[in-house]
Amino acid sequence: MNKKILKMIGKRIVQSIIVVFIVTLLVFLLMQLVPGDPIVNFLGSNATEEQVAYYTELFGYDKPVLVQYGKWILGLFHGQMGRSVAYQAEISGILFQRLGITISIVIPAFILAVVLGIVLGILAAKKRGSRLDSAISVFANIGMSMPMFWFGMLLIMFFALKLGVLPTSGFVAFKDSPGQYISHMVLPMIVLAMNPLATFTRQTRSSMLEVIRQDYVTTARAKGLGQKAITFKHQLRNALIPIITVMGTTLGGMIGGTVLVESIFVVPGLGNLMITAIKGRDFMVVENGVLVIAIAVALCNLVVDILYGIIDPRIRND
Amino acid sequence: MKKKLKEIKNSRIVKVLFARKSVVFCLIVLAVLILAAIFAPLITVYDPYKQDLTSMLQGVSLTHPLGTDSMGRDLLTRIIYGGRISFVVGLVSVLIAGGIGMVLGLIAGMAGGIIDAVIMRIMDAMMSVPMIIMALFLGSIFGKGLGNICLAIGISMIPSYARVTRGQVLTVREMDYITAGTLCGASKFVNTLKHILPNCISSNIVLMTMNLGNAILNEAALSFLGMGINPPTASWGSMVNDGYKYMSSNPVIAIAPGLFIMIVVLCFNMVGDALRDAMDPKLRGTLGKKKKKKARAVKTVNA
Amino acid sequence: MAEKLLEIENLSVEYNTEIATVYAVNGLSLSLNYGETLGLVGETGAGKTTTCLSIMRLLPEGIGEITDGKIILDGHDMLNLPEEKIRDLRGNTVSMIFQDPMSSLNPVMTVGDQIKEVLKIHNKNMSKAELEKAVDNMMEMVGIPANRKNEYPHEFSGGMKQRIVIAIALVCEPKLILADEPTTALDVTIQAQMLGLINDLQKRLNTAMILVTHDLGVVAQTCEKVAVMYSGEVVEIGSAEHIFDGKYLHPYTQGLFNAIPKLDSDTHRLETIEGMIPDPTVKIEGCRFADRCKHATDRCKKAPCMVEVEPGHLIKCNLFQKNA
Repeated sequence: MNKKILKMIGKRIVQSIIVVFIVTLLVFLLMQLVPGDPIVNFLGSNATEEQVAYYTELFGYDKPVLVQYGKWILGLFHGQMGRSVAYQAEISGILFQRLGITISIVIPAFILAVVLGIVLGILAAKKRGSRLDSAISVFANIGMSMPMFWFGMLLIMFFALKLGVLPTSGFVAFKDSPGQYISHMVLPMIVLAMNPLATFTRQTRSSMLEVIRQDYVTTARAKGLGQKAITFKHQLRNALIPIITVMGTTLGGMIGGTVLVESIFVVPGLGNLMITAIKGRDFMVVENGVLVIAIAVALCNLVVDILYGIIDPRIRND
Repeated sequence: MKKKLKEIKNSRIVKVLFARKSVVFCLIVLAVLILAAIFAPLITVYDPYKQDLTSMLQGVSLTHPLGTDSMGRDLLTRIIYGGRISFVVGLVSVLIAGGIGMVLGLIAGMAGGIIDAVIMRIMDAMMSVPMIIMALFLGSIFGKGLGNICLAIGISMIPSYARVTRGQVLTVREMDYITAGTLCGASKFVNTLKHILPNCISSNIVLMTMNLGNAILNEAALSFLGMGINPPTASWGSMVNDGYKYMSSNPVIAIAPGLFIMIVVLCFNMVGDALRDAMDPKLRGTLGKKKKKKARAVKTVNA
Repeated sequence: MAEKLLEIENLSVEYNTEIATVYAVNGLSLSLNYGETLGLVGETGAGKTTTCLSIMRLLPEGIGEITDGKIILDGHDMLNLPEEKIRDLRGNTVSMIFQDPMSSLNPVMTVGDQIKEVLKIHNKNMSKAELEKAVDNMMEMVGIPANRKNEYPHEFSGGMKQRIVIAIALVCEPKLILADEPTTALDVTIQAQMLGLINDLQKRLNTAMILVTHDLGVVAQTCEKVAVMYSGEVVEIGSAEHIFDGKYLHPYTQGLFNAIPKLDSDTHRLETIEGMIPDPTVKIEGCRFADRCKHATDRCKKAPCMVEVEPGHLIKCNLFQKNA
């Protein structure tokens, strides 16, 4: 049984590596199509031709595309991502420091969304057709439709400007001051969690309702089981299978969402870095950023697959 | 006969759609907003672009129902014109995504082998980059402007359509009636295509409706980040960004356009959900439940 | 023990859906002694499953509603018992074998756990080792090696799954089993096996059973008593002997018999009962079978009542009405 799971995970890892490789290739090739020169962009319009030529050679932008690509990939194996033109520094250092900040928002927001979403979804399914159900459904629909940046702005207006209980923006690392970290992170977390929360609520509700109709639930009732045991032992475990699928895709979307959240709350995370890099035509930063994000998404999917194997015994036999 | 059946089927979908009061309400709201956007010059007396520095940042009044922005332009006028961007981007980008995605899915599913593998791995790769980052990235290649934004958002949404279509091709291809047709001498390619297309088109339309809201949200996000529609063109996303600076003094400027984004997305989502439910035979009212149970029992006996 | 195990009087059940109200069971009466086997026969839609679900109080919540009648099971008034008390009876005093073994087992729980679960609820003071032992015994009893108890339902064949469903139903040694077409979803070869198994275990544990089926052959093999259902009511009830000797029969039962292919006579075409069962969303005043009955006359516009034609053999038809 465990061997099967291991084999499945092994297969998925190989697949993920292929996909990540394709991502690097695509991003690199597409990057060549982006108008604008990173060196010119960095030096400004009044740089001399010699200066441009010097820096172009320094950063290797004068080499053929495939050589540049090969150099990048080879560098990755040595733990080097290349140098950022704008920061004049090795990218991996900047990127991983930013990634850490982003993760410290994404993970708590994800946990918040999953827990609250499943609870609300179960409540709505149990009280189907009631006022509570409609209220939850309205809440979820609004949560899915709100533009993230707008919601963030509303929260800043209310909690930071009007009540003055929370800071408007910025970031403090947890190890520097846990209290400050939390007060700075509350609003970004809520904004980032809103859409996934709505997704999980809706998914939980609909898969719980789907499961309620199943014959094995009737079997469980026929055994004389109480409602609680039926809900948690029989329904939820089966309903979790589709919820987990959604978790995988949603986590990827949340990483994307950090782009917006970090720019509203001025958090120096990966999303913020990506925008600056795209706007500043800092090619290497964009390429490596996309690479790191793709790896993160692949890891999320891997975790989802492992969870699948644990929850659904049928997968293990495939 | 066949046509008649189809008519009945379609009218049933329409019936189910209109049975939900909330959906009817959403459709009316959308219709009003779309008509307002189309006939904007007839509705409002103000020019959405003409700056009037004498009437900057005015509050809510009779002459300016939502006040004016930092350039003295009437906010409601700009919101009505901004609807044009949202609706066009929403529609065009899902059409791009649906069109290209369906073609890619069909090719992958029908061809199989290496072509299938290459297309689907590329789709996987695209999917592993979050949509908004993908759109930002593509936007930086294509540049700003309405058409380019549609293209960027459309392409970033392709993978889900390709996957859905390919999945359907694979299921239909193995169906008994396809085999039967092939045995009777029909070309497998033509035969499969004939059976697959109607299925694919209907499920892709559902997906498109459900993605309309997302496309609009993405456009708003890109414009908010300053990487979407160029000012001074009115776009709800960039209007929120403009109003951001006046958050404490004149919050309406930022709140109002965002509210419109939410309303439009909400309506599209509700309609999309209802359409999906209406097309899903599993969810046909409570009476259908009993039938479904029996159908399943029969299936297991046959299997 | 002189009293009856199960007494159903004048049971009526409705399903209320958004579209219509379905009158699934209309004034059904039935009784069963301890240890007895009753075959409940009837077409699809006659209300057989609904009757079983009503006995267990398992009608779909908010949709199925018992509007009238009385169900006394082992001295308990099932329709007026609080939910917790009924829970104690479910799986313990009365249990059910469902139609489709493929879908009635939880796919994400091992079969051993699913058998153990019902045992655990009703025997709170059993130790872990005792529980495991009881599960092992039960599995052997239904013919599955106990070492497969850590496997999941998808690892078993259809027949094996049904054995597990039977094990779940019998592990608490209930006084009554409701077997709802336990073999329809299975291969013909396995059907006989399964019936043999149920019958055997039932005798061994001295359990009464209601066997729901539309197969008169199955009834002949296994049941002492037969009740024929039509459109939500019992139209005929009697011992298997009386029914199968065919001296007095309800026209509907007669029709059912005629629809069985005979080997000894040279028939070209099977006889069928003309027409369809009446629309269950319409309340009918007179005899429900009249529309399809060859013997129907004007008097059938009035509902017939049960007539005892032989000792213990009752028929609900105007043909047998004494003062008609």
